Amino acid sequence: MTHPPTPSQTIGPFFAVGICWPDGPDVVGEDTPGARRIGGRVLDGAGDPVPDALVETWQADPQGRFAHPDDPRGPVSGGFRGFGRCPTDAQGRWAVRTVKPGPLPTPDAGTEAPHLDVSVFARGLLHRLVTRIYFPDEPDANAADPLLASIADPQVRARLVAVPDGDDRLRFDIRLQGDQETPFLAI
Amino acid sequence: MSDTLKGRQPGSRLRLPGYRPEEPGTHPPLDHPDYRSTRLRHPSQPLVPLPHRLTEVTGPLLGEGRVGETDHDLTAQHPGEPLGERIIVTGRVLDGDGRPIPGTLVEVWQANAGGRYRHDGDRHPAPLDPNFSGAGRCLTDAEGHFRFVTVKPGAYPWKNHPNAWRPAHIHFSLFGRAFTQRLITQMYFPGDPLFPFDPILGSVPEAARERLVSRLDMDLTTPEWALGYRWDIVLRGRRATPLEDEEDDA
Repeated sequence: MTHPPTPSQTIGPFFAVGICWPDGPDVVGEDTPGARRIGGRVLDGAGDPVPDALVETWQADPQGRFAHPDDPRGPVSGGFRGFGRCPTDAQGRWAVRTVKPGPLPTPDAGTEAPHLDVSVFARGLLHRLVTRIYFPDEPDANAADPLLASIADPQVRARLVAVPDGDDRLRFDIRLQGDQETPFLAI
Repeated sequence: MSDTLKGRQPGSRLRLPGYRPEEPGTHPPLDHPDYRSTRLRHPSQPLVPLPHRLTEVTGPLLGEGRVGETDHDLTAQHPGEPLGERIIVTGRVLDGDGRPIPGTLVEVWQANAGGRYRHDGDRHPAPLDPNFSGAGRCLTDAEGHFRFVTVKPGAYPWKNHPNAWRPAHIHFSLFGRAFTQRLITQMYFPGDPLFPFDPILGSVPEAARERLVSRLDMDLTTPEWALGYRWDIVLRGRRATPLEDEEDDA
């Protein structure tokens, strides 16, 4: 018998009292080889910063593995957390420090390009938004990625790829609404 | 073959657990004009379908080392006890097939008994309580149970419309076992007369609203000490296990 799922509600404006961790943005430590900062701004339909959003990221390790029992390729050691969490500041800025994940095999023998899954929560969002961040230095892998390939408009597709922003930094703005709206995903 | 792409050998297809798609009639729409803040924050383009692959069927398994001794007891985090009506809130985290989700992190946050959050942005002129921070966390046990001790939060005014008040609620954050199951929601208290006036609860399809309302459970109460409320949380269910296919058995 199926149980009806619990509905979503907004995270509201005051989540910082409960679910912000001091090490939330540190998917990896500062001295980790290949560590880079990925971040940007969350903007609303008027182009104004969203100062009360929470951005979370989830990803594979650099070998493309997950420390999770449902990864059928078997257990991995090393305790890679894979998870990042950062509230936006007054200017709508967020950032996590992480490493680039490896590519991933798909059930139909394809390959997914390196990516982060992203959840966005905010006051005014009654349900989380999901998007992905891809890497600009992976043009061939991105060209073969099944999700990117499913987006017909190249300009829209490009909005899922982070933009180089100086040494070891990538920029990924999340536009909730409008002409440059970030593609959001139905999972 | 690289280690990364292991699992792609001919005859041994990568087999992943499947999660059901979101069930229609469950979640609020992103565009809900009665809740004014949705106006500039809801996407205007249709969502792009993302089939569930490795990143979606896995998820952060958090909690080890993140849950302290008094984190589940919001009345025991300061030298004194907070003001308000002491309550026990408990329930189970289940998936859509009724299976418990053990060892998953549950995070809660709430206003104090006067309806005020310990947050700089909260301008409601109700007193802060020096003995109440309003945040808790715990891990579910082997049967998916969580349990918090807290005080009943107060209703509070907000600026959505003239004389707008939120019914008392506790915010819940759930991870489940997979990225697909991530959920943030709110738990309400039975019989709250503010329900008909709240556009946030009212954003949920009517038939699903009662799923957000806890129930008073006299068996949960501790006589002479605290009332008890029960609320089960159901995260997305899995698809039926796919049949073995011949290719995999080769």
